[in-house]
Amino acid sequence: MEFLVASAIGVLTATGLYLVLRLRSFPVIMGISLLTYAVNVFLFASGRLTVGAPPILGDATSYTDPLPQALVLTAIVISFGMTAVVVMIALGAYLGADDDHVNDPPPPPDGTTPAEDAQ
Amino acid sequence: MSLFLVVALPFLGALLPGLMNSAGRQACAVVTFMVSLLALIGLLTHLPAVLAGELVTARLDWMPMLGLNVTLMLDGLGFFFACLILGIGLLIIAYARFYLAREDNMGEFFTYLLLFQGAMVGIVLSDNILLLLVFWELTSLSSFLLIGYWKHLPEGRQGARMALTVTSMGGLAMIAGMLLLGQIAGSYDLSVILQNREAIQASPLYLPALILILLGCFTKSAQFPFHFWLPHAMAAPTPVSAYLHSATMVKAGIFLMARMWPVLSGTPEWFAIVTTAGLITMVLGAVIGLFKHDLKALLAFSTVSHLGLITMLLGTGTAFGAMAAVFHILNHATFKAALFMSAGIIDHEAHTRDIRRLGGLRRLMPITCVIASVAALSMAGIPLLNGFLSKEMMLEEAWHTTLFDSHWLVPGLATVGALFSAAYSFRLIGHVFLGPVRDDYPAKPHDPGPGLWLPPALLVVLVVAIGVAPFLAEPFVKLVTASVLGTAAEVPSAYLKIWHGLVPALYMSIIAVLGGLLMLAIFNPALRLWDRTPRPEAKVIFEAIIAAAVALARGVIHRLHNGAFSRYAAIMAVTVVAVAYHAWATGTVGPVTRAPQPANALQIAGWLMLVAASCALALLHRNRLLSLILIGIVGLVVSVGFVYFSAPDLAMTQLTVEVVTIILLLLALNLLPNRTPVESSILRRTRDTVVAVAGGLGAMALSYHYLLRDTVAPSISEFHLANSYKGGGGTNVVNVILVDFRGFDTYGEIIVLGIAALLIYALTETLLSGPVRARLLNRKPDKPLAGDMHPMMMVVVARVIMPVVLMVAFYIFLRGHNEPGGGFIAGLVASIAVVMQYMSSGFAWTSARLRYPYHGVIGAGVLIAGLTGIGSWFVGKPFLTSDYTYVRIPPFQEFELATAALFDLGVFLAVVGAVMLSLESFSRLARRARVPEAEHPMDIDPSREMPDPKTAGV
Repeated sequence: MEFLVASAIGVLTATGLYLVLRLRSFPVIMGISLLTYAVNVFLFASGRLTVGAPPILGDATSYTDPLPQALVLTAIVISFGMTAVVVMIALGAYLGADDDHVNDPPPPPDGTTPAEDAQ
Repeated sequence: MSLFLVVALPFLGALLPGLMNSAGRQACAVVTFMVSLLALIGLLTHLPAVLAGELVTARLDWMPMLGLNVTLMLDGLGFFFACLILGIGLLIIAYARFYLAREDNMGEFFTYLLLFQGAMVGIVLSDNILLLLVFWELTSLSSFLLIGYWKHLPEGRQGARMALTVTSMGGLAMIAGMLLLGQIAGSYDLSVILQNREAIQASPLYLPALILILLGCFTKSAQFPFHFWLPHAMAAPTPVSAYLHSATMVKAGIFLMARMWPVLSGTPEWFAIVTTAGLITMVLGAVIGLFKHDLKALLAFSTVSHLGLITMLLGTGTAFGAMAAVFHILNHATFKAALFMSAGIIDHEAHTRDIRRLGGLRRLMPITCVIASVAALSMAGIPLLNGFLSKEMMLEEAWHTTLFDSHWLVPGLATVGALFSAAYSFRLIGHVFLGPVRDDYPAKPHDPGPGLWLPPALLVVLVVAIGVAPFLAEPFVKLVTASVLGTAAEVPSAYLKIWHGLVPALYMSIIAVLGGLLMLAIFNPALRLWDRTPRPEAKVIFEAIIAAAVALARGVIHRLHNGAFSRYAAIMAVTVVAVAYHAWATGTVGPVTRAPQPANALQIAGWLMLVAASCALALLHRNRLLSLILIGIVGLVVSVGFVYFSAPDLAMTQLTVEVVTIILLLLALNLLPNRTPVESSILRRTRDTVVAVAGGLGAMALSYHYLLRDTVAPSISEFHLANSYKGGGGTNVVNVILVDFRGFDTYGEIIVLGIAALLIYALTETLLSGPVRARLLNRKPDKPLAGDMHPMMMVVVARVIMPVVLMVAFYIFLRGHNEPGGGFIAGLVASIAVVMQYMSSGFAWTSARLRYPYHGVIGAGVLIAGLTGIGSWFVGKPFLTSDYTYVRIPPFQEFELATAALFDLGVFLAVVGAVMLSLESFSRLARRARVPEAEHPMDIDPSREMPDPKTAGV
């Protein structure tokens, strides 16, 4: 069971990383989402894996670790906010320049940068 | 008035003029004047204590662990400088009101001026040297804003940049020096440091500390070789020059040397460095100043020269020198501020400051002529004016000073400096006011209104008063001198008087004045000689150094940061894996303490789905719609996994977040291209795969090792489990942690969420008001639109289900404290209920029925959560302490009321507002790009009365 969770985290990380390294903004956002899953599951797993012992106090004798759950819960909500901001920026960039490349275009061969501060 | 208030008043007041800009120029100036006046009155309330020799202090612990505390101290020296800063500040404010033109933004100017004033008062009243450094840097920043106030002038911008560069470099050096000094003395409090003269001077760190602190002072006070920034800062409006460069900013370095005088002075190092720098600056500034044609440049170099004079006096390390320095600070501030203001008047009225184009102004501007001439004669050192008295004392001190084993070096150079000083003063009078009236002034000069001439006139009255009756100033000068000297030396018994007898200083003074007149007589040949002499131009050297530094930085940065973000990501991933591998290979891993649990078919099935979906996503990501579906699957499996591993709250959150995320991405995809084209080569894709697999393996290995071992230290979770019900009154430990144990975290998180939503809103606004708007309006949809935008079935179902969903949200919210649920999840569910209406009935229909703007909902949420937290202050508990009780209202059963529920309500509202504001912003963008909104929420609606085709045509 531990191996399954660990390898799932690994697969999510790997695919997330691969997509983050793509050149267009949309796959990069997908990649960030996958990495978010990986990180959230990893943080959750730091409470170790327990089946059938939710941290709802009752008659049970043992409960799973509640702290990572609380941390991950807010992380999930915050990651929504982050995704939304990133998507907005990507959208704004695409609509503004009609180009959804992640990387800046290579500089012109004469080596000047466009935003030179006029003395 | 408390010292805190004296320092804080200008800072607090700085808010006013900026806000009052629309109230008019007069109102801005009056408010600024009143703020300064109030601070000055506050300062003067301490006058009796200061005169009695007491030390007024005020203390507030800020960061005691670092030794950084807000400790203020008022002694004679601080009082003297604070009076100069606030008093001359008042005159400058009045003057600036009439000087600035109609198109200048007066509120902005006075805001900067008050900021600067507050920082300066802070410097002179600080008892803690770290606090002093904070104010020191603040003066650099605020003077940057003031010098560059005329943003449209390139000279103003360059001068401001140069001043900031030089003074903040010095400030950096001084931070290091002050830290060293604090280390040696064992305290950062000035009052302690000043008692430790022997320990500090005996320390091996004395010399480094001295050099670093002096670097700060010299850059600020424009001492050689850092004198060059001051003349370039003259591009500022004249009130700024008059304020910064006569009485305040450049005197900050002098102030610090005086403040540190008891501990740092008296050593050969101090004497050699300070006296030499002062002497060179004094002579160099005076000589260059004589040949400047710009009135303000002449005054700037004369300021440099006089600052050198004061520095030299402090450098000699004798009590008499310190007294002369204090006296000259006072005198210089009065006559130089008056001169700067007169130069401003001439510039204002004649529209030029070029001395070669002026002359004969005594007939046209008699008042200005009197003011400027008296001040200039004082600067030249003519008897019966205050400049004469302190210059005599300086020459007297120079006569007794031996530098580099030469008895003649210091007196000789001091006389040369005084000679040139007299010469440029005479030139100022002779070439500007005397001579024939010309007929080619750029504008017809005439005396200004009293608003402009009254402030300098007041200063000139002081100049004459002190000059005629020096005994009036004597007690005060001696008081200040006593606080400069501290315990290091006795106040000299010498009197301030006009006639000292036939002493060497008198002969030197006569030589200087006669020499000055002679220089003026031979000015034209001297100027030709000066123009022919090649000289290094400080600005060129400075700019070459800056250009070299920029080129170096650019070379390094452009090589590292070439704008290819995917390259950064790859480098970062590889680095993290490599560092982790290094840690793994060199460190030790504890033994396995947990037995692996066996896997069953259900788990394997879930795992397979997750792996299949994510691998498919990587392979098929070019089809963007498909990749959305695949990531939805991943999210669902993760949610199910949370349920399985005893985390019902997480599962509910993940599920609802998944829904809103997918909707959001769909909205974005509406405007983005549907497919990702193939661009990267096979080689590149292989490279990325290798990086990704390495990262994945690393994450997997880390997780696996982690899962099979127990934590080294006992976890704090036991505490949460044990106290959740007892202390927090809830059985859902996760929720109790969120709203109670770690409520402060949650509070921060809802604020972050709210900020993210507002950011999205702001970006949308920016996009829609820019060129993107036109592009969106002209955009042709690249995919076929559904013919039936709002299908009847969907509209009906969505509306019927809305109250049900809201009820579910309410239920989840209420039970959250004891069962899985809570504000976060309830907020997400409620948002989904509203989003469904947007999707089914359309944007216009839904927003027309919306009663509260989402910004307000976010604000209300944060406010409720915050007020709940503050509520615990009223019962004497820390922020966000929760309480609960059980009540029974018949006919209901007994139920629990907890303040945590109120906090959770805040969370709920913030989440609803944030989610809805983001989604709404996206749909606003999408709406611009679409065909006009349908007239009705349902395209086909049987209940709507169809227009009768027969009557419609009538």
